Amino acid sequence: MIGEETVLDIKELEINMGPQHPSTHGVLRVKLYLDGERVTDCESIIGYLHRGVEKISENRSYIKCVPYYDRTDYIAAVSNALGYLLGVEAMMEIEVPERARHIRIMMTEFNRIASHLLWLATHALDIGAMTVFLYCFREREEILKLFEALFGARLTTHAFRVGGLWKDLPAGFADACRDFIDEFPRHVDEYEQLLTRNRIWMDRTIGVGTISAEEAIDFGLSGPPLRGSGVDYDLRKLRPYGGYDEYEFDVPVGENGDTYDRYLIRLEEMRQSARIVRQALEKLPDGPIRGKVPRILKPPVGEFYSGIEGPRGELGYYIVSDGSALPFRVRIRPPTFISLQALRRLVQGHLMADVVAIIGTLDIVLGEIDR
Amino acid sequence: MEFLLGYVLIPTVKIVALVLILSGVVAYLTLLERKLIAYIQVRLGPMRVGPHGLLQPIADGLKFILKEDIIPRRADALLFTIAPAISLVPAFVVFAVVPFGPPDMFRGTIETVLGWFFDAATVQAVADNTVATGGFIADFNIGLLFVLAVSSVGILGIILGGWASNSKYPLLGALRSAAQMVSYEVALGFAVIGVLLVSGSLSLVQIVQQQEAAGVWYVFVQPVAFVLFFICGLAETNRLPFDLPEAETELVGGFHTEYSGFRFSLYFIAEYANMITVSALAVTLFWGGWLRPFPNVEWLWFLDLVPALGWFVLKVFLFLYLFIWIRGTLPRFRFDQLMRYGWKVFLPVAMANVIVTAAVLLVV
Repeated sequence: MIGEETVLDIKELEINMGPQHPSTHGVLRVKLYLDGERVTDCESIIGYLHRGVEKISENRSYIKCVPYYDRTDYIAAVSNALGYLLGVEAMMEIEVPERARHIRIMMTEFNRIASHLLWLATHALDIGAMTVFLYCFREREEILKLFEALFGARLTTHAFRVGGLWKDLPAGFADACRDFIDEFPRHVDEYEQLLTRNRIWMDRTIGVGTISAEEAIDFGLSGPPLRGSGVDYDLRKLRPYGGYDEYEFDVPVGENGDTYDRYLIRLEEMRQSARIVRQALEKLPDGPIRGKVPRILKPPVGEFYSGIEGPRGELGYYIVSDGSALPFRVRIRPPTFISLQALRRLVQGHLMADVVAIIGTLDIVLGEIDR
Repeated sequence: MEFLLGYVLIPTVKIVALVLILSGVVAYLTLLERKLIAYIQVRLGPMRVGPHGLLQPIADGLKFILKEDIIPRRADALLFTIAPAISLVPAFVVFAVVPFGPPDMFRGTIETVLGWFFDAATVQAVADNTVATGGFIADFNIGLLFVLAVSSVGILGIILGGWASNSKYPLLGALRSAAQMVSYEVALGFAVIGVLLVSGSLSLVQIVQQQEAAGVWYVFVQPVAFVLFFICGLAETNRLPFDLPEAETELVGGFHTEYSGFRFSLYFIAEYANMITVSALAVTLFWGGWLRPFPNVEWLWFLDLVPALGWFVLKVFLFLYLFIWIRGTLPRFRFDQLMRYGWKVFLPVAMANVIVTAAVLLVV
């Protein structure tokens, strides 16, 4: 604005959403170009949370890298490093004991539930349903208590270790899990009651941010945004890692690829995760929780990619080893970094209010995008 | 003497009392809302200031007054300053014509109190004057038109506030509220016409008296009009699901993004005062105002043990509860959907309601 010109004289309004905006979920900055309330274009600006995790890991031993990966996606901290650990274990040919494998899967699925709960909470809040927010946090709190009992921290956990786990389950832990899982599906029904058939919710989400299956694949989307468009792609089924092939669960797939379908998919995923946890509790054998791990990890020269189905999509680690105790290069494939690219395509032609719904439906975590 | 007492002194006392009481109710309505929403959301709400947070509104008020008064450099200082007042004043002024009791509500009190100071003739003259004794500030024959006119002014304050801030988010909020006001005023007006046709009067006092004479609340005669009135009332007060002008997750703070301190609190008070106004109007037009349930059923005489004011307040608070309950339950509409519902659903239904009502009245 120069001189006497006011905002009223501008034809196309350029609005800065974030990095301090209530619904950009962290420090995402979106530059919106508005024609009235209609979005003509947008530009995502990232990097406010860049910590150089990938570079740091070149100067840390294979074991010391893990806490950094735990903290990239702080919403799903428990399962975050799993992909990396599976990669290192495969390169080093370390056998993970059966009990540890089941506990890992159980906690990974708990983590998926917690992550989806936080997503639903903030997504609903963005669209204006504030009560769902607190209901979701009520259940998430129970999961965080379980995390605290097992890992000693609620959010910034260092959960899984090379070769298995740090500690065995504390006394009474399995019962606490069982109590939660028995209750949980009822709570999901409660959220559904508030939202799924709610006229306003349907108006706000159906047909908003629609993306076709081809486009979704072209953008490299994964996780619920990809499955919402009708592509049945779940690494837990396609490349069963860490023992998922022993479990029975369904992968929900959408049809229209809009915000509503992605919402339904995530709700169903919570139910399926609860089902997996229940099976894990039944299967849980006795035994050691950590395999034989050498003092210093020196994977043979080579490269390895290992991806897991994180709550937000395919979370991959590409590890290059030069035979030394430090990884030569670790490249993280963060699912939401790739999902965020689709934002520009998704918001075009929509209204300003849809932008927050679309940012919400992509379920971005800036810690992971910026790394 | 009678004139001074009946037309100046006693009405002044009533106005001052009403403004004070309304301000108090507004302050505690914020607490009520926070508490109710907290219970809906399985938490406790304010608990720190006073027992169960009962002194919270006072603490909030003090905080607002003590905050720095900021006027953005690029803002239009004059409009920026008066806009909150423009928003607040109509919210209170509307109450001038809203009856909260029958025309002889204060008769007994006035007779007793004046009897201590004046002779019988003066007391009698004042006691026969409904301006002094009525449970209202004024009883216009165009009361309802007055309400519609004044309440429209209130939204002008929102538009001016957003415009004067000379900032992008408030401007968007102000534009939204302008569009919203136009859309919903029309449907609201048509909804009210249904009541006018049935009652044959624009005076709010007479509308209640007609309901008493008919022995039925108008909500049972005009249910469609009532539903429309309530929905449009939600939109008029910028409450969820129609709080688009201040949608905090989209527009940060909407029209009041640039406001802080006491000026912000004026907008806040205006919103809550408007909630009370809309509730009071809904009660007056559709729920029998100060009347007890089943006003003509003799054997329910014990309901009269609750005074007229008690019924009025009770009903108003039921509506306020409904407002808060809706806020705790529903998501927010999108701008184009709001317009679509306003023009394509509510307005045609309201017009049809008017036509049907008129036709029925003509035949009966």
